[in-house]
Amino acid sequence: MIKILIRLILSQFKIFFREPGVVFWSFGFPLLMAWILGIAFANKGEALHIVAVVDESPDASYSLPEWLLEKTGANSTKYSAESGLEWQVGENNGEQARFRFKSMNEDEATRALKRAQISLWMLGNPGEGIQYHFDPDNTESSLTFLLLERAFREQGSTEPQSEIQPVTMKGSRYIDFLIPGLMAMSIMNACLWGIGWSLIDLRIKKLLRRMVATPLRKSIFLLSHGLNRMILSAAELLLLYGFAYYYFGIIIQGSLWALLLVFLSGYSAFAGIAVLISCRAQNTHSGNGLINFVTLPMFVLSGIFFSYHNFPDWLTPYVEVLPLTMLANSLRGIITEGIGLYDVILPSIGLVGIGCVCFALGLRLFYWH
Amino acid sequence: MAIEIRNVCKSFKDVNAVQNVNLMVESGESVALLGPNGAGKTTLVEMIEGVQFPDSGEIRILGRSWEKDEHFLRKQIGLALQETRFLERLTVEETLNLFASFYFLGKERTREVIEIIQLESKRSTWVLHLSGGQRQRLAMGVAILPLPQILILDEPTTGLDPNARRDLWKILESFKATGTTLILTTHYMEEAQYLCERILMMDQGKILAEGSLSHLLDKFGEGDLIEYVIEGAFPTKKAKELPGVLSCRWDENSGEGRLAVKNISETLPVFLQLVENSSISLTSLECRRRTLDDLFLAMSGRHLDD
Repeated sequence: MIKILIRLILSQFKIFFREPGVVFWSFGFPLLMAWILGIAFANKGEALHIVAVVDESPDASYSLPEWLLEKTGANSTKYSAESGLEWQVGENNGEQARFRFKSMNEDEATRALKRAQISLWMLGNPGEGIQYHFDPDNTESSLTFLLLERAFREQGSTEPQSEIQPVTMKGSRYIDFLIPGLMAMSIMNACLWGIGWSLIDLRIKKLLRRMVATPLRKSIFLLSHGLNRMILSAAELLLLYGFAYYYFGIIIQGSLWALLLVFLSGYSAFAGIAVLISCRAQNTHSGNGLINFVTLPMFVLSGIFFSYHNFPDWLTPYVEVLPLTMLANSLRGIITEGIGLYDVILPSIGLVGIGCVCFALGLRLFYWH
Repeated sequence: MAIEIRNVCKSFKDVNAVQNVNLMVESGESVALLGPNGAGKTTLVEMIEGVQFPDSGEIRILGRSWEKDEHFLRKQIGLALQETRFLERLTVEETLNLFASFYFLGKERTREVIEIIQLESKRSTWVLHLSGGQRQRLAMGVAILPLPQILILDEPTTGLDPNARRDLWKILESFKATGTTLILTTHYMEEAQYLCERILMMDQGKILAEGSLSHLLDKFGEGDLIEYVIEGAFPTKKAKELPGVLSCRWDENSGEGRLAVKNISETLPVFLQLVENSSISLTSLECRRRTLDDLFLAMSGRHLDD
């Protein structure tokens, strides 16, 4: 009996290891994801919290950076013109936090908060009292506030007077950040699963071969898939936005033409990627794996649920050219900041370019039978 | 000429799937490609249907080539594959309407085809809920929708039960009467016999033999067969001397033997007399005509259903 059991287990191991695709998706892919997520979240205690400092009067004699330099000395602070003042606390007790203070005016700080480039913005100085501006529903901002307040308390000779100014105006809340990201993700999923997976499934069922054996033109066949999912995707977005409008009061502050342009260019980018990833896959394993391979990293990196500014600085330029990042940032700009057609032309060209290159390559490699 | 294939070769990596094949098929002719799995039938058929292209050689369909006249040829060819899985949540009628639209055909043609494939009662049933036989009838319906000049069937009845297979044959038989050229790949010899006048036997990418069933049997496998199982020592020498015996073979270990004879009715009585006189016991006896499988075994050393 044991022999049979061992024989069965060994056979299953052989089957497993003789399928390189399955081995990769089982071992390689989780490692890859762990690496990416590790970069994002490892050593959370040391995570960089970016804070904007707004000086009401430029000639204030006791600004926050000066106060910090005076209290902490040059050992725990460093200053550069590009990144502002950095302050590291709790070095010895193991619980570390790193803050970066950037000097901004109120408009700049408000915009940066909408884009999740900062966790909160503050007004005043620790000697006289500070106002913290952030959305209390945003866990990242709340954490920054708690860490910062504690750090000031530990450094200051007097207890700083702090006051939370909840940012609840439309466009600046966490939900305002989240909804455009979800809309971008919805477009990505509609294309990669709706077009990519559907083409792979037709190939697996031999229906692709059967259809192209008719006078049906291949271009019409692909176009039908693209248009079908585009209509469904538009309906999904309308539903999502309708819900966000009625439930959270989110309104589109920018140009509707810009929104249409971004939707079409984002859709064309992901439709092109869908054709490319579906061009060769012959079975469920590789099809699923390829789609996850493309979607999951973007899902994590592109700042859908949280800001990609949490990642190391060197990663940011790469993250910003990912199609999902470009799409989400453009949608956020239109919905929460009210940017117009002119402002989205560049990312739209980028998205259409990605779509065209992927589509052309996919079509060239496409396996029709 | 419906199909002209000249010196066609096709290989995949280190496998020579089709090796220097020549084949001419007249309009209205029915040709079966018979051979075991891996014989090269499907590759040859895929090249005829323009899905794959030969490494060398030439294929012309209705006097035209795939390179220049693909759109025209797609309208002239009907195709049914082994186990096509249509969209499961479309009904029979919707599936046929979809494919009819590819050929710019109206719903009238769909209605005709549903009658031909005898799926009137399943008209509004999702493909998901059809049996294997019904799905293959639907595939056949899709193939005959455009009234094709050439109908290509790639193992259309593989995996079906005998009744479903016979139903499909009847549909095909009636469609053949319209003068369509039929190319059928199969490893069922009964199917080839039933549907086609000309049979090509393929193995390892080559055509081993071709002709009508009677021609093949006469040319490559003379006579009928008496197969038996004997307990005891069978007198092989005496059996060879019986009237009408062409050859005799007997395996001492299994007791199984086979006589190739000119005429069963002439040899069988004397064979039974020999068994009785030799005081041996006959545990099994079968008399039959030689089949294509016997021929194929003799030619290639493999059975058709290997």
